[in-house]
Amino acid sequence: MSVSAMDIYKLLPKTNCAKCGEASCMAFATKLSEKETDLELCTQMTPDEFDTLEDLIAPAVKEIVIGVGDKTTTIGGDEVLYRYELTYYNPTSIAIDISDDLEDNAFEEKVKAIEDIEFERVGETLTLDAISVRNKSGDVDKFAAAVEKVKDAKYPLVLCSLNPAAMKAALEIVGDQNPLIYAATENNIEEMADLALEYNCPIALFVPGDLEKMKQLSHTLRTKGITDIVLDPGTFVGDAIGDTLDNFIMIRRLAVEERDGDFRFPILGIPALLRLNSEDDDVTKGIKEATIATTLMNKYADMMILNGTDIWELIPVLTLRQSLYTDPRKPQAVDPGIYEFGDLDENSPVMLTTNFALTYYTVEGDLKSGKANCYLLVLETEGRAVDVSLAGGQLNGKAVADLIKDTGIEDKVKTRKLLIPGLAAPVSGEIEDDSGWEVTVGPRDSSGVPDYLAKHA
Amino acid sequence: MDKMTQLLKLLENTKSIEINEFRMDFEELELYLMPAIQQAVQKSVETQKAISKEALIMEEFKPPIQDYPGKVAEVQLGKGTRKPVYLGGQQALYRFEEAQPNPPVVTFDVFDIPMPGLPRPIRENFEDVMEHPGEWAKKAVNEFGANMVTIHLIGTGPKVMDKSPREAAQAIEEVLQAVDVPLVIGASGDPVKDPLVLEAAAEAAEGERCLLASANLDLDYQKVAKAAVDYDHAVLSWSITDVNMQKTLNRYLMKEGLTQADIVMDPTTCALGYGIEFSIDIMTRTRLAALKGDTDLQMPMSSGTTNAWGSREAWMKNDAWGPTDYRGPIWEIVTGLTMMLNGVDIFMMLHPTSVKLLREIGETFVNDYLTTELPEIDDWITQLEG
Repeated sequence: MSVSAMDIYKLLPKTNCAKCGEASCMAFATKLSEKETDLELCTQMTPDEFDTLEDLIAPAVKEIVIGVGDKTTTIGGDEVLYRYELTYYNPTSIAIDISDDLEDNAFEEKVKAIEDIEFERVGETLTLDAISVRNKSGDVDKFAAAVEKVKDAKYPLVLCSLNPAAMKAALEIVGDQNPLIYAATENNIEEMADLALEYNCPIALFVPGDLEKMKQLSHTLRTKGITDIVLDPGTFVGDAIGDTLDNFIMIRRLAVEERDGDFRFPILGIPALLRLNSEDDDVTKGIKEATIATTLMNKYADMMILNGTDIWELIPVLTLRQSLYTDPRKPQAVDPGIYEFGDLDENSPVMLTTNFALTYYTVEGDLKSGKANCYLLVLETEGRAVDVSLAGGQLNGKAVADLIKDTGIEDKVKTRKLLIPGLAAPVSGEIEDDSGWEVTVGPRDSSGVPDYLAKHA
Repeated sequence: MDKMTQLLKLLENTKSIEINEFRMDFEELELYLMPAIQQAVQKSVETQKAISKEALIMEEFKPPIQDYPGKVAEVQLGKGTRKPVYLGGQQALYRFEEAQPNPPVVTFDVFDIPMPGLPRPIRENFEDVMEHPGEWAKKAVNEFGANMVTIHLIGTGPKVMDKSPREAAQAIEEVLQAVDVPLVIGASGDPVKDPLVLEAAAEAAEGERCLLASANLDLDYQKVAKAAVDYDHAVLSWSITDVNMQKTLNRYLMKEGLTQADIVMDPTTCALGYGIEFSIDIMTRTRLAALKGDTDLQMPMSSGTTNAWGSREAWMKNDAWGPTDYRGPIWEIVTGLTMMLNGVDIFMMLHPTSVKLLREIGETFVNDYLTTELPEIDDWITQLEG
């Protein structure tokens, strides 16, 4: 359960000194409860008071950083079970698995593929987050050699080996880069814990299918003074995916609702395991791997290791992540006003759209890729799409007439012609009446706009 | 107030409380102190708990199971000559809390006209049967394993082919003859004509317990509800990502004589990347409200998963994104699966691969916790190929 502003307020100095930048302690408490400011900004507390409050507002799930410098990924930090309650923090970190027995060329190609994958949507560039090097060979030297090859790669590392000797060899190379050690198990926990302490790195705990044992071992690590733990309760696929899901949900519930210290850590899922002993063809494996990733990301995976690097498999996973981790309290909107594309003159066409971020960036993408030359008026619809703002009344004749006046577009063009989205056809007459402009109804999908403009030029 | 604050501050740094210390000011502070004392006592109990937790090496692991006062109604679809399916019936959010009674159901979209606008990866599976909704339905069930069929009477649209309600009824009869699964009956989306079309279709399918899609606040939902009551069908109650709108509509429908067991809710599925998070939030809140006891929301939920195909990433040719043959089905699966994980019971879908995979995964979600043999993954690091 998240902590209320009142709970926090009770522990603040209540001096209303405003040194934190907020007008009052209550305002500061509200911001703190919504994670929009930092406790450090309060200068009026004793160290004890500070510690008490810091503990109170610590997220239910520990936030853990993997990597160093500009090569990091941060996981965990969540406070709630359902995103509508607050928001989910720190988008699920996606690592791609790479095996230490790949031939040099294949190895390099895969690293390059991982580093190069990016996909732009809604004004944001979506990328992967980490590289997971796996000691498939079981050989200490091979593992070290593979780790050597990725030590200068673009992303932070996950080191996958259950062999403490191999892990030590890898840490000797990249131990100062704060990689995630994967993994401590009931068989190697002493040695792995020692390595985590020696190199001061976060460590994953792999306890497949047994939450009771996971609790014990997590407790063991904590007793040793380890604070950065990642929990992998095992990713079972096929008929057992339901059990995987149950385990993920139980861990998160124990963290958020029971505040069980042994479970208040990020969860790691491994959709790559879909490929273990699979008879499917490569395309089916890719589709199914995305399916497992979808399942685990929806229910609390803070980090995932995938194996596939096909863009068609990763785009839906990255898109889902972007959607899940938007802030439900903020409309996804761009600033209303006038936007310019290409070479413009006083005869350039003028178009209209709404300020819903997805709508705007879709239209922008189409205008740019279609090399259109035009003005685009963006209407304040409180982040609603064309059809929704039409139904909700934000897109109406008066609002558009005001937009035309406020933007000063009438000083930029001689024409008085406005092209509106196909879906806005029902208000075309109303806009003409209120603005005095001539309105033309354009294509329903903005991908058709550049062609439309070319034809009607 | 200040005295209380100071007192509370004092208490905060105290691990135990001598109640004696308070008696001095008790009368004076009585009214204010009651909550303060409670708080302080609670705090000290909590601290004690925390201490005993640390001291105890191994606390017992207890699955975090909750009690829910409410229950989702069970809706039967299919009767008479149909093999029935059941939706809903949940008494808990997750299967580790309580066995989930019914697996998710997938209903395959079929149209009364050859639907020129269908994306190619779907068209190519049905090219041979698109002239005949009965054949189309048969293929969906026999070859692609649909639990149900949705027959969309798109041809009745005034701007499409303006088919009469009578012709719509004939299409329903054709599909009823062709398959023995329950049907969802969808109209064209014309608010004036839809109630008339659904009424005629409901009569043609009397006694077969279909799901009439849909009733919403923009059309004569009373007519739709009456048709359902008169000919024993269920109604899809459709609202647009708004819990209050959904409650209102459900209440109106129940006033017309329908019960919880006759209604399936469609809170609107926004596609992956096109607002899916709004649907996630609405569906989560709706299911939680039902289990907490809100009788206006205790119905199973449906997802128009087909909406996923409206996304550009699903259909638009773009070499940088890879082949649409794979992107389309994944887009539909990810959309449907996300809805499933947030409480949806029945899925309207279009692509054979999506239907197959969603059904497979959905069925595992009704197995009881830890009744499946877990695959051996202890050595995955050395066993995984690639």
